[in-house]
Amino acid sequence: MSKGVKINVWGSYALFSRPEMKVERCSYDVMTPSAARGILEAIYWHPGLKWIIDKIYVKNPIVFTSVRRNEVKSKLSASNALTVIKGGKKPIYISTKSDIVQRSSRILQDVSYVIEAHFEMTDKANSSDNPGKFKDIIMRRLKRGQCFHAPYFGCREFPVNFSLCEDEVIESYYADEESKDLGYMLYDIDYSDPENLQPMFFRAIMHNGVIDLRDCEVIR
Amino acid sequence: MSEVIKNRYEFIVLFDVENGNPNGDPDAGNMPRIDPETGYGIVTDVCLKRKIRNYVDTVKEGEEGYRIYIREDAPLNTKDEEALEYLQIEDTKQLKKTDPDAELKIRDFMCKNFYDIRTFGAVMTTFVRAKLNCGQVRGPVQLSFARSVDPIISQEVTITRIAITKKDASAEKATEMGRKNIVPYALYRAEGYISANLARKTTGFTEEDLDLLWDAIINMFENDHSAARGKMAVRRLIVFKHSKELGDCPSYKLFDAVEVCKKPDVVYPRKYSDYEVNVDKNQIPETVEVMDKI
Repeated sequence: MSKGVKINVWGSYALFSRPEMKVERCSYDVMTPSAARGILEAIYWHPGLKWIIDKIYVKNPIVFTSVRRNEVKSKLSASNALTVIKGGKKPIYISTKSDIVQRSSRILQDVSYVIEAHFEMTDKANSSDNPGKFKDIIMRRLKRGQCFHAPYFGCREFPVNFSLCEDEVIESYYADEESKDLGYMLYDIDYSDPENLQPMFFRAIMHNGVIDLRDCEVIR
Repeated sequence: MSEVIKNRYEFIVLFDVENGNPNGDPDAGNMPRIDPETGYGIVTDVCLKRKIRNYVDTVKEGEEGYRIYIREDAPLNTKDEEALEYLQIEDTKQLKKTDPDAELKIRDFMCKNFYDIRTFGAVMTTFVRAKLNCGQVRGPVQLSFARSVDPIISQEVTITRIAITKKDASAEKATEMGRKNIVPYALYRAEGYISANLARKTTGFTEEDLDLLWDAIINMFENDHSAARGKMAVRRLIVFKHSKELGDCPSYKLFDAVEVCKKPDVVYPRKYSDYEVNVDKNQIPETVEVMDKI
């Protein structure tokens, strides 16, 4: 039994932030492998399984739009919360009047992709786990549209619609474009050492609307 | 407190605006947000979340367990600061930076006391640098941008006022000009998702919280009247309740089953009755319960 799946994902907006432009967020041209992994994990994940993205098919033209929003600039402070738990009388809230900041986001519009991925077993799998079982669960969830939580394109306000992809041939707006260089993109973040997270990058080249990640060079 | 929710939900909110600005665009001089390509109006998710927070804050007035973390203003009465229910942490002195669970305990404390964190989540600064994601709380409720059913027209209304701001200028002129941007009429549609798994695993969002959320959505514009908003009202709240925690069918099928369009003889919609809302029950699986909350 193959451990691969193909899923359709589409939505009105998407924002895959470039790490170099995070204050006024700007999206990559296409979905990053790590965002694709996040979508799959929202549908099904288990400690005994690890998703690996093989291909990303870009079906719709890359179109940007922008939106500027009022955001807060501070985060919930753990030490403030701790003081209050201990009985301190610190006011505990964020005032949007004083902590306000206006930030613009450059977001993708009307996106549609096919994610081709497979999973590998990890050593955290229980003795009763096997690839067939995981595959069955995944297929069942995809067919029924079930998910752990609603997946999203980069940010939670941009929800993902998903369905199992059964097409042999995937049509793409870029099918005739032999190769389109999208520059360096984030591949994923290496979480193996919790004290020292390492971003990994790759050179994204889209061949006829497909980004093949199976044999790409990953740079740290 | 009642039980944590056990079902996945999706919901559609239809709200309209009459001669007002539902959500100004800071990039366009506070004109109503418009998708420049299609002309459809947009209201951001954060704009609606703000109103939900404000409603809960108004109704609950800082009641235990229903405090609001992201506030527009300082709370009026700070005495309820003392009313916080302290967590059952055996010895708080032991809660050192080295305690691996300290941040989880703080997270649970915040979720328990703050309605908005329990609902929408929050990001916490962590004690230990680069500690994996434990500072991030994903709430079960997820909202997307609301979009108008038809393209909208934004109208600029110039107004005058006779009170001059600066003393020096008052000698020279009798009035000052101002501008208002309004949408004559628009019906917006927002879609939302509620994950029972996130409620159970992280924030403990309960059935009672859910009822409050529906109330807040229905009444979100009732306490938000202002000169800029005009007349805004929630017209319809359609809730889909799945029979399972994971859900019964894809969310887009449910959203597609609800069609909102102008009536055939209407050219310029100016009121809610110019629109028709059809819920196609055939597209919805029997196990999904459809509830019209308003």
